[in-house]
Amino acid sequence: MTAAPLIEVEDLRIDLDDGARHVAAVEGVSFRIDRGETFGLVGESGCGKSITALALIGLLRRPLSVAAGAIRFEGREIQGLSAAEQRALRGNRIAMIFQEPMTALNPVSPVGRQIAEMFVLHKGKSWREANQLAVEALANVRVPAPERRVKDYPHQLSGGMRQRVMIAIALACDPDLLIADEPTTALDVTVQAEIIELMRNLCAERGTAILMISHDLGLVANVCRRVGVMYAGRIVEERGSDDIFRACAHPYTQGLVDSLPRLGSRAALGRSRLREIAGVVPAIADFPSGCRFNPRCAQATEICRTTAPETTWLGAGGLVRCHHHA
Amino acid sequence: MKLGTSAIIGGTLFALAIFVGLFAPWLAHTDPVMGANLMNAEEPPSWTWWFGTDAQGRDIYSRVVHGARISLTVGIVSQLVNSVIGVTLGLTAGYWGGWWDDVVNGLTNLMLAIPSLIFALAIMAVLGPGLTSLLIALGLTNWSFTCRIARASTLSLKSQGYVQAARVLGYGDLRIMITQLLPNMVGPIIVIGTLGMGGAVLAEASLSFLGLGIRPPYPSWGSMLSEARDQITTAPWLSVFPGLAIFLTVLGLNLLGDGLRDVLDPQSRSRRA
Ligand SMILES: Nc1ncnc2c1ncn2[C@@H]1O[C@H](COP(=O)(O)OP(=O)(O)O)[C@@H](O)[C@H]1O
Ligand code: SF4
Ligand SMILES: [Mg+2]
Repeated sequence: MTAAPLIEVEDLRIDLDDGARHVAAVEGVSFRIDRGETFGLVGESGCGKSITALALIGLLRRPLSVAAGAIRFEGREIQGLSAAEQRALRGNRIAMIFQEPMTALNPVSPVGRQIAEMFVLHKGKSWREANQLAVEALANVRVPAPERRVKDYPHQLSGGMRQRVMIAIALACDPDLLIADEPTTALDVTVQAEIIELMRNLCAERGTAILMISHDLGLVANVCRRVGVMYAGRIVEERGSDDIFRACAHPYTQGLVDSLPRLGSRAALGRSRLREIAGVVPAIADFPSGCRFNPRCAQATEICRTTAPETTWLGAGGLVRCHHHA
Repeated sequence: MKLGTSAIIGGTLFALAIFVGLFAPWLAHTDPVMGANLMNAEEPPSWTWWFGTDAQGRDIYSRVVHGARISLTVGIVSQLVNSVIGVTLGLTAGYWGGWWDDVVNGLTNLMLAIPSLIFALAIMAVLGPGLTSLLIALGLTNWSFTCRIARASTLSLKSQGYVQAARVLGYGDLRIMITQLLPNMVGPIIVIGTLGMGGAVLAEASLSFLGLGIRPPYPSWGSMLSEARDQITTAPWLSVFPGLAIFLTVLGLNLLGDGLRDVLDPQSRSRRA
């Protein structure tokens, strides 16, 4: 018997209903994350990664809504929880950090106070205790001179420092799951590596599971043990991170792999641009019938244009959805 | 944060008025109500009677000084009431939207359609004259601008990353409003409040002048003007000094409000940038 997963998403469908149209933005998405595990969702911008994450914490708002499927946190259905029960989970058991460290912090509140608020809100601490804990939390994310830094306002900090503060806030209550939605996209490359390293180490120390979301397959595969590749609202392939590079099965995944800069190809970079997947992710209303990747797929045949591919199970818990998978 | 000239001049005038109001008993020469002495009736301004005396021989200077207490109390307290009402309604309407927003919008439009002085006049007519009635009448009738600003700020702040982030971190609605929204709109609210305070000082004077506010013999600037009405040609100092006090206080508050707007209101800040 296997232990119950920390979080389990089953056949999730998210509908977009703005009065004029009613379409599925995300469809048939399933994955599970065990305690302390690291799982990644990858795909180009607009594939539905962020709204999937919002559904996980019960924060989809009109015009989006969960239309079908189940999201279970420790076996309990999120949709079935009261508003207060959901709030008690958010920030406490499930935390999240975002792409924009510039805007995710309140500009008129000292960062220490914003960290301390988490202890007051979720752990019932007094402000006195909470302020003390905030200094520790800042020290934990390797911010130098934390006793002084707690008094700083967000605009006094660099982008990297702000993202550290965001991590301190997110991990303040020792959550079981950290959702990181493009956590470093807005930062420059050297800072990016530091932040990812910090996040990974802190979560590993505490046994915090990570759901990492990014358009960058290299980053996700680096952090996560397993990766789900999303395209136009569906998971098209799910594999162990190593298998992705060794033998990915879906043409879209192959496209993502090919567009990664490879070690040793730096010199070539100046001359030839990276290979990119031609075309763009379709808008929700324009999803093609059949396999949604078919207009951009070199291997597409007639069946791809008419019939959505079924799930094919691969070895080691992997799966792919493609009529002509490798 | 750099204050402009108008904020400094306005702030100084307002601070002076506050100072006079606070220390009125020490600054005044005689009791403003009881200090009547017919021997000194209708003295023009002089070294002894700085602002002159009235028909009952009361020292106008002492009465103007004490009048600052009443006028400023009415101005500050009624505007605070307005600000609290306006912010509460505007913030919740903008945040929750829906039917509550419709109700608040309806109320705001109603308030904007009726001149607030007329509305206050009606309330005073029902409640009768006096300080408490004045505070109620002026406190309930001038919140529509604050409400508008609070609602508009909420609508634009609601989509900010840190408001979304707070939701993700498990903040409840009230906590979001108090920690994320309110502190980010205090600038414009203070500006409106300062200007509104000037308006309230004027409104108090108008109502008292009409005999509906503070009634003689108590010295508010408006009631003093009201009493002086008949002697405007024979004893102009009776009108000039309370009038000047009103003018300087309201001017100070308006200058201060305008000056603060340049510093605190992010919209005019970005307009200049
Ligand atoms: N609030 C919203 N209203 C309407 N459409 C939305 C909203 N949020 C996201 N979408 C649409 O849902 C799709 C998925 O968005 P998102 O999850 O943000 O993509 P990703 O995070 O993978 O880049 C996109 O087509 C986007 O336009
Ligand atoms: S199903 Fe067809 S169109 Fe879709 S990815 Fe596979 S080969 Fe390409
Ligand atoms: Mg996204």
